[in-house]
Amino acid sequence: MQEQRGTYNVKSGLAEMLKGGVIMDVTTPEQAAIAEKAGAVAVMALERVPADIRKAGGVARMADPRIVKSIQEAVSIPVMAKVRIGHFVEARVLEALEVDYIDESEVLTPADDQYHIDKWRFEVPFVCGARDLGEALRRIAEGAAMIRTKGEPGTGNVVEAVRHLRAVNAQIRHVVATPESELADLAKELRAPLELVKQVKELGRLPVVNFSAGGVATPADAALMMQLGADGIFVGSGVFKSQNPEKTARAVVRATLHYNDPKVIAEVSEDIGEAMPGLEMATLEPKDRMQDRGI
Amino acid sequence: MKIGVLAIQGDVREHLRHTQRAGAEAVEIRLPRDLDGTDGLIIPGGESTTIGMLMEEYGLIQAIRDRAFSSSYPIYGTCAGLILMAKNVIGKSPARLGLMDIDASRNAYGRQIASFEVPLEVPALGGAPFPAVFIRAPKIHRMGDGVTALATYNGDVVMAEQGPYLVSSFHPEMSEDIRIHQYFLEKVDKLAGVRH
Repeated sequence: MQEQRGTYNVKSGLAEMLKGGVIMDVTTPEQAAIAEKAGAVAVMALERVPADIRKAGGVARMADPRIVKSIQEAVSIPVMAKVRIGHFVEARVLEALEVDYIDESEVLTPADDQYHIDKWRFEVPFVCGARDLGEALRRIAEGAAMIRTKGEPGTGNVVEAVRHLRAVNAQIRHVVATPESELADLAKELRAPLELVKQVKELGRLPVVNFSAGGVATPADAALMMQLGADGIFVGSGVFKSQNPEKTARAVVRATLHYNDPKVIAEVSEDIGEAMPGLEMATLEPKDRMQDRGI
Repeated sequence: MKIGVLAIQGDVREHLRHTQRAGAEAVEIRLPRDLDGTDGLIIPGGESTTIGMLMEEYGLIQAIRDRAFSSSYPIYGTCAGLILMAKNVIGKSPARLGLMDIDASRNAYGRQIASFEVPLEVPALGGAPFPAVFIRAPKIHRMGDGVTALATYNGDVVMAEQGPYLVSSFHPEMSEDIRIHQYFLEKVDKLAGVRH
């Protein structure tokens, strides 16, 4: 019996196990414990949440390994961490730390403006952001085993998350409706490998799990993204920039589970304190838009 | 035959599909009332802390235990489902059903980097080895007298049964092979015969 590690099945498999769940950004072991206790299926270990990265400006990098390790010690659920786009050495560091998933993320300052990490070379799985189907399939072609629609991180404004998920869904419907003989042309248009486009047509969805990220701030936001077809939710600043993180975390988890039940969403949304302060998209300068990085 | 698939979180879609392919009707279980009319239950992989906590909150632990104690109610737990079925859990132990006389531990092979797949000999299935996928998988450390091992890997029991209950450390829903789901459905069928 020959045991095989780091296969694509094993990588994408962990993402499958997270479906229907909420993954929360945390910066300390205490926050990680709060997330786990609220029912998060995984945590994302960070130096700063996206809203604070925005405020701080400058170059945002991989977190200090000490932060990652202390969070790994604090919880038994999977721990993810972010690397800069294209920074394969940061990724090797996180692999050595045995994080469960690496997020090659536009939230950090890109290290390579041309190439993403060749993710096939790693045994640890990667999740990447996408704004549309072509972008998602390019990342999968590079070895990503999970996708999250990007939204606009650190804004507490769900509008971009909605835009990106709707774009992916609309393009998938288009692929499904396109006859086989025209797929090669469509693949070119999407700038995606034909094989993956064919797979999308067969499945009627992405070949890997697709979570929603970038702007979810309330339980109703989470349920909205689930109703639009997300497999699960990433909450970045939405939990620990809210007035009451414990209550917000619990409420978002329960709204994600019962996304089709407005009564439950009403119940869990009651009296949880104020959500994080939000940002209107029109106030963002082009240089502040994280979603345009690494496309 | 109607099989419930616990639909709180995790690999729900795949278990529904495998159950249907194996020839049974499959329904999602989110609330206790969804259990009505089901002949058996599958608990998918996912995060056992999350699933256990939410099962408890929505009254599912009590409802499933009641059902199990009042008649023979077949349950198959995979990965996180194995943890939820275990009488004792070593280390951090989530809210759970605790119906099967085993001691188990979570993430016993290590973090994701240690996850693996392997062709596994499962004598009860006959034929070719089963493509078993282990993801942050649990281990069984002790089995009570009534528990039978169905498969072992590197000296650890990775699939076992006790009366109406079946558990596996690995995920049977992640390949095209439906033999384990068929095995569970046969079990449900036999027990239904006894009940009626």
